[in-house]
Amino acid sequence: MYESLLRFPTDLFAELDRMQREMQGFGGLSLPSSIRAVGRGAFPAINIGSTPTAIRIDAFAPGIDPAKLSISIDRGLLTIAGERASDVPEESEKLSVYAHERAVGPFKRVVSLPEDADPARVAATYRDGVVTIAVQRRESAQPRRIEVK
Amino acid sequence: MSEKREVAPRTEERHSPALVPPIDVLEDETGITLFADLPGVPMDRLTVRVDGDGLLIEGEIAVETPEGTTLAYTEVQTPRLRRVFTLSRELDTTKSDAAFKDGVLKLRIPKAEHAQPRRIAVNVG
Repeated sequence: MYESLLRFPTDLFAELDRMQREMQGFGGLSLPSSIRAVGRGAFPAINIGSTPTAIRIDAFAPGIDPAKLSISIDRGLLTIAGERASDVPEESEKLSVYAHERAVGPFKRVVSLPEDADPARVAATYRDGVVTIAVQRRESAQPRRIEVK
Repeated sequence: MSEKREVAPRTEERHSPALVPPIDVLEDETGITLFADLPGVPMDRLTVRVDGDGLLIEGEIAVETPEGTTLAYTEVQTPRLRRVFTLSRELDTTKSDAAFKDGVLKLRIPKAEHAQPRRIAVNVG
């Protein structure tokens, strides 16, 4: 699930990351990245956070009907899929479309979960256009303090 | 409506890095409709401001994370979204109307009445 551990939310790294992706695109330096990584601008954008007890995935998917969203876990792969309706009608004599940048149509993102993720304990919420999925870690894998007698 | 390049930011806050939200812009006979994707922005962190002929859309992403979270992978790396436009004179911003739901802003700016299409009767002399 970790594309790179050297990823910090700062501009410098964002820029280096972009350059790395572009260079890979032109067959230049090939630094390793996740096999499921997709190009910049994929919909929905995903952030993954980690705590000792859970893995948290935020998918930035505005304007979606949560009932039409499909979230599944199969053999350690979390899949977020759905479809986004268009707000832009057909262009006609009386209607001009100047910009059509927002994602439209079916989408799918796949995230590989770490081994200690428990597929039985998953919760998903949709708020302000963000799907938040919390996958609990198995208790046996959680850090434990061992008493010395 | 044309997009403004931020060559000379007017205020300090505009120097802060921001993501550019994707938009749809439509025009019909009565006005312009703009849709902007601003996921993760709560209603109280959204700013839609008309300043002269300028339109500013700015939002701050506020996604709550539990304490002790370490970011393992991030595609949204800047918690701010911003886009600036210049409007043209025939648009009547005083009558504009905005709705914000599930991270999608819909902004409608009607044309001033004098700019709306009118049928001109031709008299036979």
